[in-house]
Amino acid sequence: MATIKFVQFDGTEEAVEAENGTSLMNAAFDNGIAGIDADCGGECSCATCHVLVDEAWLSKLAPITEQEDSMLDLNPDRATNSRLSCQIPVSDEISGIVIQMPEFQY
Amino acid sequence: MSEAVNNEERNFDPYAIPMDEKFNVADGFLFEADEQWKWFERLRNEAPVHYCSESEFGPYWSVTKFEDIMHVDKNHGIYSSEGGITIVDQDEDFPLPMFIAMDPPTHDVQRKTVSPVVAPMNLAKMEGLIRQRVCTILDGLPIGEEFDWVNRVSIELTTQMLATLFDFPFEDRAKLTRWSDLATADENSGIVDSEDQRREELMECLTYFGRLWQERAGKPGDDLISMLANGESTKDMLDRPAEYLGNLILLIVGGNDTTRNSLTGGVLALNQFPAEFDKLKANHDLINSMVPEIIRWQTPLAHMRRIALEDTILNGQKIKKGDKVVMWYISGNRDEDAIEQPNDFIIDREKPRHHLSFGFGIHRCMGNRLGEMQLRVAWEEILKRFDRVEVVGEPKRVISAFVKGYTELPVILHAKK
Repeated sequence: MATIKFVQFDGTEEAVEAENGTSLMNAAFDNGIAGIDADCGGECSCATCHVLVDEAWLSKLAPITEQEDSMLDLNPDRATNSRLSCQIPVSDEISGIVIQMPEFQY
Repeated sequence: MSEAVNNEERNFDPYAIPMDEKFNVADGFLFEADEQWKWFERLRNEAPVHYCSESEFGPYWSVTKFEDIMHVDKNHGIYSSEGGITIVDQDEDFPLPMFIAMDPPTHDVQRKTVSPVVAPMNLAKMEGLIRQRVCTILDGLPIGEEFDWVNRVSIELTTQMLATLFDFPFEDRAKLTRWSDLATADENSGIVDSEDQRREELMECLTYFGRLWQERAGKPGDDLISMLANGESTKDMLDRPAEYLGNLILLIVGGNDTTRNSLTGGVLALNQFPAEFDKLKANHDLINSMVPEIIRWQTPLAHMRRIALEDTILNGQKIKKGDKVVMWYISGNRDEDAIEQPNDFIIDREKPRHHLSFGFGIHRCMGNRLGEMQLRVAWEEILKRFDRVEVVGEPKRVISAFVKGYTELPVILHAKK
């Protein structure tokens, strides 16, 4: 289990508990967190589950794959801490992680 | 295709012929007659990855299941877009390079230059102007009198939208519609008389846009031409006129045919599924989930094609390097293993955006949010004004296995009570 804090673009914060092994995208979806579209359903092929990961946690995540990198690259608003939430598995190691939602999903 | 058989005399029953290498769905007349559904159903059930050895467009593979299409779309390293994205091969004497028909890295840098124009931030700025233009068109429509929805609404609206994006001289905007039709015209459609005529008119398009480029080079602006003329990776594109023309055609077709036919498709769908229209009238908020459902139900571009860069296996079938692979989005969007009750138009689906119409992977439609916004604004304003948009005759459909659309839809508007 891990605690994940989602921060909406307007600053609203919501913390949820998520099972290990699921993705951050699903954790958001299962808990009714707004701001993630996930059109492709977690296949790393639409980039509509874009999130910004709090800098302090970036190094704790598995590196970006080529596929994720090319999908993130489609987004003109890509930032240094941009990730696709479908590609981040939930684990004990990331409990407490802070995830910022972007203003728009593309 | 001079030996083409008149549609009325043809037997369109896919079960009347054997399922073999002659089974061919890439036939514009099948789509014109709206008879393609059972053909794709048979492919999905009996040969989901199917090789057709002979067609107007040469041999090709059909991929018809949602998951297989997703796989091909995602794996751009194996399935290349270089050289063309429709089943029709590029004309070798008149090539039109465009970024949708390129692989990384060129694709990525060119797309990045123009994608900000349709980014949500920019769309929010454009919505007011778009709404204003929608209102003017709708307010000019007759009540209680038959007219053609395609011509008066769908074409007019999308053309005005496109003129806005290009900051194109408004009085000349009908040229955009013509160039769009021309670019995708099936040789059987009657839109052009000859290939020479097509080229000549496309060269006029290039000349016109060449002038706009020169006027805007060195002056940054928010329209697509200014972005291309001043973008770091595209500012020398005018020196490669074929590539400039190719990308213009991409943006014109991408922003025109698709939205046009979804605007018409929505009217047709709500007439075929009247209970959905009742739901919509009772709750206008459903527009938000109806819009992606219209785009799925219509699937305005029936397919995209790739070329295999290496020997590979797809759902058990051996695809060889160099083979043409066609992803039939129109079929994947009716795949019951991926979508519940796929043949029904349901405006309040739980995950309405889980459809293939925009493609997936790095070539996913750049203008998806723009298209959705245009449809949303149009329906918001339609519902404010009219009680019903009644379809009063059979639609006429485009002769094409690529553009799935309409040339005519007779309707009568009913005033709000």
